[in-house]
Amino acid sequence: MNSLRFMLRTIRGLMARPGPALSLLYLTVVVLAAALAEVLPIDPFSQDFVMMLEGPSAAHWFGADELGRDILARVIYGARTSLVTAAGAVAIAGAIGIPMGLVAGFFGGWRDAVLMRIVDVMMALPAILFAMALIAVFGRSQGAALLAVGLTGVPGFARIVRAQVLTLRRRDFVVAVEAFGGTSGYNMFRTILPNSWSQILVQVVVLSSVAILLEAALAFLGVGVPPPTPSWGEMLRTGKSYLYEAPYYAVLPGIALTLTILSFDTIGRGLARILENPRDVAAAGGPT
Amino acid sequence: MTDPVLSVRDLKVDFLTGTRKRVSVVRGVDFEVYPNEILCIVGESGSGKSVTALAATGLLPENAEVRGSVRLNGTEVIGADTETLLRMRGREVGFVFQDPSTTLNPVVQVGKQMTEGQVWNGLLARRDAHARAVELLREVEVANPEVRASQYPHQFSGGMRQRAVIGMAMAGKPSLIIADEPTTALDVTVQAQVLDLLARRKQETGAPIILITHDLGVVAETADRVAVMYGGRIVETGPVDEIFRAPRHPYTAALLKSIPRLNTTDRRLDPIPGQPVTPANLPPGCPFEPRCRVGNGRPLCQSEEPPLKDTGAATLSACHYWDEIPPDDLPARPRPQATTTPEEQAPLLEIRDLKVHFQIRRGILQRVAAHVRAVDGVSLKLFPGETVSLVGESGCGKTTTGRTVMGLIPATGGDILFDGKSMRGLSFGGMRRTRRNLQYVFQDPFSSLNPVKTVEDIVAEPLHIHGIYDEVGGAKYIAELFDMVGLSPQMFGRFPNEFSGGQKQRVGIARALALKPRLLILDEPVAALDVSIQAQVLNLLDDLQRELGLTYLFIAHNLSVVRHISDRVAVMYLGRIVEEGTRDAIYDSPSHPYTQSLLSAAPIPDPVAGRRRKRIMLQGEVPDPSNPPKGCAFSPRCFRASERCHSEKPPFVHAPGSPTGVACFHAGPLDGAAPETEIPIKMEAGR
Repeated sequence: MNSLRFMLRTIRGLMARPGPALSLLYLTVVVLAAALAEVLPIDPFSQDFVMMLEGPSAAHWFGADELGRDILARVIYGARTSLVTAAGAVAIAGAIGIPMGLVAGFFGGWRDAVLMRIVDVMMALPAILFAMALIAVFGRSQGAALLAVGLTGVPGFARIVRAQVLTLRRRDFVVAVEAFGGTSGYNMFRTILPNSWSQILVQVVVLSSVAILLEAALAFLGVGVPPPTPSWGEMLRTGKSYLYEAPYYAVLPGIALTLTILSFDTIGRGLARILENPRDVAAAGGPT
Repeated sequence: MTDPVLSVRDLKVDFLTGTRKRVSVVRGVDFEVYPNEILCIVGESGSGKSVTALAATGLLPENAEVRGSVRLNGTEVIGADTETLLRMRGREVGFVFQDPSTTLNPVVQVGKQMTEGQVWNGLLARRDAHARAVELLREVEVANPEVRASQYPHQFSGGMRQRAVIGMAMAGKPSLIIADEPTTALDVTVQAQVLDLLARRKQETGAPIILITHDLGVVAETADRVAVMYGGRIVETGPVDEIFRAPRHPYTAALLKSIPRLNTTDRRLDPIPGQPVTPANLPPGCPFEPRCRVGNGRPLCQSEEPPLKDTGAATLSACHYWDEIPPDDLPARPRPQATTTPEEQAPLLEIRDLKVHFQIRRGILQRVAAHVRAVDGVSLKLFPGETVSLVGESGCGKTTTGRTVMGLIPATGGDILFDGKSMRGLSFGGMRRTRRNLQYVFQDPFSSLNPVKTVEDIVAEPLHIHGIYDEVGGAKYIAELFDMVGLSPQMFGRFPNEFSGGQKQRVGIARALALKPRLLILDEPVAALDVSIQAQVLNLLDDLQRELGLTYLFIAHNLSVVRHISDRVAVMYLGRIVEEGTRDAIYDSPSHPYTQSLLSAAPIPDPVAGRRRKRIMLQGEVPDPSNPPKGCAFSPRCFRASERCHSEKPPFVHAPGSPTGVACFHAGPLDGAAPETEIPIKMEAGR
């Protein structure tokens, strides 16, 4: 009940600002389109050779690609690839990074030293290079891309959570749980973690945008999801080859990608401001 | 009559929050300050006392709307341009804020900070600044001012920082000093020094002081005149003696009755019911009406806010029925000390020579550079059903002792026995079983409750952890606990931030009681609460102890509270117990010089008795526990210290015939045969 209230309050806070409100609206449309793609009268795979690289028409509102596939349909299905990668990456990064941060911050000492050096090493590796190496090992697949992007997100979570644990660890309500016999595990997952959701939420949003961008970059380099699965990065990559014949080809996927990243970032910034200053939520609607 | 230095007329301050909301924090305040006097503004949180002072000098944030008139030396402050205000703050008003550790800029030398305002205002040449800073530090009695002036704030102790801030406030030879809770962050012996310094500086300069405080003891010790604020208005004002002798506003009267006393026989506290009003939800009519016994629901009180009226005795009171206030009849119902001879019983908790040392590691290799002996050989017995208090100033190790008993900090040496069984070296499971018998109540109710849980879940949490929630009766049992601490089970679904401080502390107590413990460790349970709420919580603790047969280990620095609640008292200094005995023995015939100084430094809320009382003004502050003095830790500040004290640690002995056990070579009554000495002591009568 509390988390529901918290979510509602947060969403209300976001809706009170024009930037985040628009972003939220846009993302809702993208998510809905990706989720309901099958219901829509579109098909990203059927090839219409007559319309190859043709411009917008009644049949293909945003034109067709080099194989005569509907670009709009492929952008909508591409959203699914992006969002699945984002969600999967966040899940992997969170599942590894959050416990890492909790343990490192809670116990300190050698555990902290070991875990945080691992994080440092992960931070030192360029994300794209790391992902490409992983894909080289596992081969091109949605799973490999997802894992690669997810692993690069681990340090972010681990550091955010650890910092949060360090500020909460000595607070009286954590010591209190210890005083009536709560175990360290209980304290980490039932006391400290619920008090860290807002920071984690911001990180989720930030990582989502990073993940989508990284997925697009991998696809653009030709090592992302294997064809014929539609992907914005892949479309940009092919569109680039037909810049002269079909300049409109890359426009729609480019816009979709840009707006998605922009929306995530705007929401992330909005969230950070709301959560670090809870009164903003209360006074939602007022100038800040 | 001389002209007032500051004259405030019908001051009103509204804060604008969000777009629509307007909160009236100060609602029509009038007062004057004349040369050479100390005006104390006293009130609880939310009474508007600090905002009044800030408004008087134009220091409020931009979302504050200030109306009325404030004249400082004849110049109107409200609506004055920035330049006038700046000049005024530099030359005419000096400020002393509550927390000296945040008032000073940590990266600027203290001496430079003290004079930079003057230099900036062109009142002091830059090349003379250092000399002036040294002079100022000397005036506020900081030892070795030449060296100190070039040091940084972290090299100063808390008391010295506050002295520097006072020096800074006086640098421009202002015609008015405003001190906002100047001693709240300080220990009681240091508080006495700082208040004394303020009073003497006032004598020398003639500049009046507005002292804002919540502590009636401080008011009684320092004030010439008092203004009591409640709900954004002055409800009573007059000369200090008159206010304390015969309060003519029900709030003042109730406040004086609700505080525990250091110097009177113990009695049950008479708390003010309810919560202090907040500016956001003022009742119609008199703001104090919902809590008032004199008004008692009379229609006039509920509909009309009384103006400040002359009562004919030099005081003004904002009460319709001020003449109906009953005279202060201290009910002579002493709370009996536990009378059982303790030796016959087995102790419930026994602390034997407990030592807790912390290591300070330095350098890349993290070598142990020093030990902080936070607790250094504490022995104490608690018998079933009694309250034993650990008293001392900050850093004396009282909280560490409590937490170590609770098993939250590992002991370095010694033993802790609960019910005859050692708690050291217990397995996790064994520790967990023992812990059900002892519980901890934290000082700060604002940080000891998990903000994301409902209060029901918070109280039930220990039961869930021990897996006995259903066994003890589930939600019904939680409702009983709520009832027991005076909360309604209707509050179950609320979150801690919806509660006031006193209510939160009740939740904390209910949680501590959930496992049906036999011993409660109470770590300053009322220190963070408003004065009128403290009495409610103290009475609750009193009742619970009687009903449930609880044993309390009460940790506190407030000597009046300790006297009220304890059966026995142990005074700690720098990790050791220096004196221990029954409550009345400690308070009536202390024999350790530290206990004597502590008792004489504690301000008492009675101006007449306060002036009669002889005071021991201790010099210096509590030493650094990582580098304690050789011999007796108290010897550098002690007025009886001899050669032997500086080289040899006095053992803790319970001399036959002596009412208390003492760790001192020169223990004895204050005015008795104890060797009086020439070492730093300054006896003076009151102020």
